[in-house]
Amino acid sequence: MKLDSLIPAPLRKPVKPGEGNGAKGAAPADLKTAPPERPSDAKKLADRAAQAPVDVLAWVDQRTAASGFLTGMLFRKVPKGTNWFYTLGSATMIAFVSQAITGVFLAMFYTPSTTQAYRSISHINNEVFLGQLVHGMHKWGSSLMVILIFLHMGRTFFFGAYKYPRELNWVIGVVLLILTMTMAFTGYLLPFDQRSFWASVVGININGTGPVIGPYLSDFLRAGPELGATTLSRFYAIHMLLVPGAIIALIGAHLYLVVKLGTTAPPWLKAEKPKAAAPVARLDAGADGNGAAPTS
Amino acid sequence: MSDGADKQNGAEATGRPERPQPQPPGYFEGESITRRRAFEGAVHGLGGLAAAGIVLPAVGFAVAPIFHRGKERWEAVGPTGDFVEDTYRQVVFTETEGIGDAGKTTAYVRRSSKELGEEPGRFVAVSNRCAHLGCPVRFVEAAGNFICPCHGGVYDFQGKRIGGPPVRPLDQFQTRVRGGQVEVGPRFSVTSQLEPVRARDPGEFTGGIWEYLYPPRPSTFPPPSS
Repeated sequence: MKLDSLIPAPLRKPVKPGEGNGAKGAAPADLKTAPPERPSDAKKLADRAAQAPVDVLAWVDQRTAASGFLTGMLFRKVPKGTNWFYTLGSATMIAFVSQAITGVFLAMFYTPSTTQAYRSISHINNEVFLGQLVHGMHKWGSSLMVILIFLHMGRTFFFGAYKYPRELNWVIGVVLLILTMTMAFTGYLLPFDQRSFWASVVGININGTGPVIGPYLSDFLRAGPELGATTLSRFYAIHMLLVPGAIIALIGAHLYLVVKLGTTAPPWLKAEKPKAAAPVARLDAGADGNGAAPTS
Repeated sequence: MSDGADKQNGAEATGRPERPQPQPPGYFEGESITRRRAFEGAVHGLGGLAAAGIVLPAVGFAVAPIFHRGKERWEAVGPTGDFVEDTYRQVVFTETEGIGDAGKTTAYVRRSSKELGEEPGRFVAVSNRCAHLGCPVRFVEAAGNFICPCHGGVYDFQGKRIGGPPVRPLDQFQTRVRGGQVEVGPRFSVTSQLEPVRARDPGEFTGGIWEYLYPPRPSTFPPPSS
C-alpha cells in the first residue's frame, strides 16, 4: 500500500498473518556473471539521509514504547455506521485548542488591571498587527465552543452513547461542560467595557441567588462585597490558569476512556446476529451439563 | 474432577497442622502494630502535613475576602438645601475605591416625608441597583416610579416593588448630616416593609425565613438601628 510507506515503520499497522511479502525469493542466478553495481558513496549517504526520520522515531520508540499505544489508538476499530456526528467531540477539542493558542497570544498584550484592561483591548484591536483577527477568533471561538459542546452532548444523548459502560465518560463530559461555561463567564469580564461589566454583575448576582451558600459564592467570585479591582484579576487567574489546566486534564481522561471503551454504533443499526458456530465436537460438552451433546 | 479438587482443598484448609508463623525481626509477644504499618502511617501522616502546609494557606488566601469588611466610607453629596421631600435628586459617589469610574454608584436622595410616615428631618438615599439582578434603575419623574431597563422591574416612590421580577425593595444607603452637607455611607437592604437589614446582593429575598436562606455576609455593614 502506498500509504503504508509514508507511515514510519513503528507506527505501521501490523501485517496480518499470511499476508505481506514475508517469503524470501531465491538469489538471482546471474549473481556471479553480472553482479549488481556497488552503490556510490553519495547514494549511500542519500539512503541514510532518507532513513534518518525513521531512525529518529525508532530511537524514541525504543525508549518510550509509544508505538504500541499509538497504533492502538490511531488504528482502533470503529463500529459500522460511524458518521459525521461522531466528529463533534473532536470539533469541540479543536475549538478548545484554538482558544488556547489565541488566548496565549492575547495574554501577551492584555493587562488585567481595571484602569488599563479596556485600553489594552482597544490597543489589541486597533494597533496590533492582526490583533483584531486574533481577538475575534478568541471571542467568536468561545461561542463556537459552547455550541459545539452542546451539540456533542446532544449526539451522545440521542445515540444512547452515555449508557453502560460509558457513564463515567458522560460525567467527565458534564464537568467539562461546566468548566467551559466557567471559561465563557470569566472571559466575558476581561475587556472591562460596559457590556462585560454589567453582564458580570448580573451573572454574579445569579450565582448569589442560590440559597445559603449563594451569597458567599458571590463574595468569593468578587473578592468582596462589590465588583472591584480584585474581581478582574481573580477572573483573569481563573480564566487562564485554573480552568484551562483542569480542562486539559479532563480532556485527557475523556479521550482515554473513548479509546479504552470504544465508540458506539448509531442506534438505527440493528445488532448483527452472531454467525453460527462451526459444528465442532467439544470434548467437554455434556460433561459440565452446559454444552449441547456432540452432533457428529 | 473439579469436585475432587474442591474436596481436597477443603480438607487441607480444615485439617492443616498448626505451623509456627515466621516472625519478622524485632517481633515480640503482644506487639499491637507491625513495623511496616507504623512506618506507613507515619509517612502518610507526614505527607498529609506537608500537603496541608501548602494547600491551607493557598485556600485561605483565596477565600479570605469573604470574611473581610472594608473601611466604612462616607461621602458628601451636596448641601441639605439641595434636597426636597417630593422628588429625588440623583447623586454619584464612589462605593468601591481604586477602580476609577467602575467603582462609582448612583443614589437617589430626598428628604424624609411626613406624609409617607417617615421620621422627619432625615435623608433617604435609594440605591439605583435593581433588586432583581443588579442593573441600574432610573427614577422617572412623570410616573414617580423607579424603572429598570433590563427586565422591567418597577418600584414605587419609596422603592417598594410594584411590578416585574425584583424580589424586594430597592437598597438604600445610610445618610447623615455633617457641616451642612448630606453624606451617604454604607449600603443596606430593606424588607418588603422597609425595615433595614444587612445588605444583600440582588436577587436575594429579605425578611422572614429568607434571612436564614440568604444569610448576611461578613463583608457587609450592620444596618442602621431604627
